[in-house]
Amino acid sequence: MPTLTLDGAGVTVPTVGGDRVVLAPTTLTLTEHRIGVVGANGSGKSTLARLLNGLVTPSVGRVLVDGVDVARRGAEVRRRVGFSFTDPAAQLVMPTCVEDVELSLRRHERDGARRRERALAVLARYGLADHAHDSVHSLSGGQKQLLALAGVLASEPAVLVADEPTTLLDLANTRRVGDLLLGLDQQLVLVTHDLDLARRCDRVLVVADGAVIVDGPPDEAVERYVRSALP
Amino acid sequence: MSSLLLLGVHQPGHTVLHRLPVGVKMTALAAYSLTVVLVRSATWSWGFLALALAAALLGRVRLRTLARAARSVLVVALVVAALQGWLYGLPKAVETFVDLLALALAAVVLTATTAVNAILDAIVRWLGPLRRVGANPERVALTFSLALQALPGTLALALETRDAARARGLGRHPRAFLTPFVIRVVARAHETGDALQARGLGD
Repeated sequence: MPTLTLDGAGVTVPTVGGDRVVLAPTTLTLTEHRIGVVGANGSGKSTLARLLNGLVTPSVGRVLVDGVDVARRGAEVRRRVGFSFTDPAAQLVMPTCVEDVELSLRRHERDGARRRERALAVLARYGLADHAHDSVHSLSGGQKQLLALAGVLASEPAVLVADEPTTLLDLANTRRVGDLLLGLDQQLVLVTHDLDLARRCDRVLVVADGAVIVDGPPDEAVERYVRSALP
Repeated sequence: MSSLLLLGVHQPGHTVLHRLPVGVKMTALAAYSLTVVLVRSATWSWGFLALALAAALLGRVRLRTLARAARSVLVVALVVAALQGWLYGLPKAVETFVDLLALALAAVVLTATTAVNAILDAIVRWLGPLRRVGANPERVALTFSLALQALPGTLALALETRDAARARGLGRHPRAFLTPFVIRVVARAHETGDALQARGLGD
């Protein structure tokens, strides 16, 4: 598995009253297959996730993916680290499903016909073959999230960072997307409020008030999170 | 879901129009559009509309798609035509209305018979020589495709914002709609930017 390293990485944002710490300087090395990140809304877990793909650059410290500095060589890191957002609608930028997946493949396949073939194969892999030529706006919430994931996974990143991918989904789709994510060969960093999904990871980080307060085995970390969140 | 959200959707096929090179189709559309705008004759307008419909027939564009395109431009066309009618008389109003309808249908024929990625490939090819002066053809092509997709995406936000205003009992007050709509459009633009960056498409 790839090695994700946070070396004293922290994020502050300027506010009217002075700088606000969104994530305190954090040092972590993540090598497990599936890493869960749980925490309350606004705790800093999405910021931590975004650091790994270079969507947010650290104000202090460094973030490394297999030794490559995210801030210095962002493009190289993004080829290795895919990112999936909570709201799939923001990620789907092409009119039809197959065209959206093709967009992800543009860097990897120059030939239009072969790119189309690969995109259709990706859609079939994620159960969306019948919707290949449908408008992305005509899909259900679960299908949109699957398509967004298919778009990210089409380029075969070594790591997938998923920021609350099931928050907007119903029970059946949560199960479907969760099973898909946890069954991936890629390393997965899963930010989630779904504690059942977090328990199925290999390691869980609990983030609170901009700091990682628990880092350990899933059952123990989730238990401590529940106790701290529901006093 | 509004049927307008389906505008710009490619319909796969093997008709002559599907097989024509993107460059030919785009040049033809540009020439057609210029002619429609420059030729000032109500009689010719009906001819232009007939030409757009013939192209749609040739490309086997679904009637439903054409009806959607017509409906989407109808209100604007009626308002503009009414203004023209008020200023210059009925023949000018009819000409303006038919011209706008013809242009919308011709544009739909292009998007229905051409995959967006094929348009992207063509733009990247055409702008290739500009790399020497520092231009990034992939980025320009992506901007173009985002513009194509912006209409249905923005429309979806408008419908959601309208429903949210209704749900809160705010009715049709413009401020209850416009302020949150503009904020949501800007927020969505930021999210889309993040998503494109995350997919490495801006690199």
